Amino acid sequence: MTKKITVNVNGTEHTAEVEPRLLLVHFIREVLNLTGTHIGCDTSSCGACTILLGDKSIKSCTVLAVQANGKSITTVEGLAPEGGPLDPIQEGFKENHGLHCGFCTPGMMLRSKELLANNPNPTEEEIRWGIAGNLCRCTGYNNIVKAIQWAGAKMRGEETPSTEPEFV
Amino acid sequence: MIAQSFQYESPGTLAEAIELLHKYGEDAKILSGGHSLIPMMKLRFATPEYLIDINGIPGMSEIREENGVVRIGALAREADLEHSALLAKHFPLFKDVTKLIADPQVRNMGTLGGNLAHGDAANDHPAVMLALNAVVVATGADGEREIPIDEFFFGFYMTALQPREILTEIRLPVPSAGTGSAYHKMERKVGDYATSGVAVQLTIGEGGVVTAAGIGLTNVNPVPLRAVRSQEALIGKPLSDETIRLAAQYASEDCSPSSDLRGSEEFKRHITAVLVKRMIHRAAERAMSS
Repeated sequence: MTKKITVNVNGTEHTAEVEPRLLLVHFIREVLNLTGTHIGCDTSSCGACTILLGDKSIKSCTVLAVQANGKSITTVEGLAPEGGPLDPIQEGFKENHGLHCGFCTPGMMLRSKELLANNPNPTEEEIRWGIAGNLCRCTGYNNIVKAIQWAGAKMRGEETPSTEPEFV
Repeated sequence: MIAQSFQYESPGTLAEAIELLHKYGEDAKILSGGHSLIPMMKLRFATPEYLIDINGIPGMSEIREENGVVRIGALAREADLEHSALLAKHFPLFKDVTKLIADPQVRNMGTLGGNLAHGDAANDHPAVMLALNAVVVATGADGEREIPIDEFFFGFYMTALQPREILTEIRLPVPSAGTGSAYHKMERKVGDYATSGVAVQLTIGEGGVVTAAGIGLTNVNPVPLRAVRSQEALIGKPLSDETIRLAAQYASEDCSPSSDLRGSEEFKRHITAVLVKRMIHRAAERAMSS
């Protein structure tokens, strides 16, 4: 038996008839065709499917689409307006080479969004604990941490740190 | 991975949820945070025919103090516990434990009630609740029933909750002055289940004498375990290297870990002893400075 749900996705309301067992990530990718949200492990370990439900980052592979009924979600497609300026977090990842293959990046950025909203000036340690649920299999964590620090500085209206690449 | 088909219900009140439980009986499961249940459904280890989502029921996630008892609504998320000033004031171990549970996204969903109702000795909260002498509140058609935590866990995924009851609240007695608590688990990687975990709450009275001790162990026994002999080794005496050594030794002897990928039985017993020692020291330091 299907259920009718209405979800506000990146500012636009979408209504659909879904099976209760449909996972939110499949709703996003296959019903709405928003494929920026990735499926990595499908076991709530890797964080590639991280989105915002309201203002909380969650793993959309472990939430049912019906649980988002009547709520708002933000996916990577909603970070910046079409054709508009990038979100400071996107800019931070771009400026700091915060990605290698890019598979983890949407999840990393959505997680960073909540992290910086709760803690605008996190320490490196706080960032590393904060992204503990997001795996980068290219192991590009140093530049991801720098990207988040850079975005934080930009959002605080401070001078952004140098983006010289780090060789380790 | 896709779960087996089920019918989804999202009652707006507790009474309605209980009514649905009565209607569907053992074919129904309660959905709170879903971060144990949904993975099990995806693997088809759990195949409920009816899923009753209680997240829409208002007022079930509050954390408040009333007449010497801290009441935590069953739907309080791990993130709520992590950031609660009230819990930090009375029970500093919540800051220790929440940080070690899964990761921030999972903590935004996972609930204390779900963590306990799941009845898994590998979860961290059962040991914490044993150390804090919690009371679990189950609500059914006849109203509320209080279950002392020592009578709550029965076996692997088995608790005292009846099929037509919902775990609605956790009650923690506010400890007296001079109390401190601590939790730590050894984990192979961030967010893993414990190789071993230890929760300790100590009350230290006049002359440094331990007047109350609660010690719970994570994932080293088929059922969440209270380290009774360890507690007794501490109570009524001043803390000393000898009492702490005994408490650690008893815990390592009284638990019953199984060898697996996280370590051998012997290793887990050893780690349990080490953690008991460390957590007694940490809880005592906090008790002195409280």
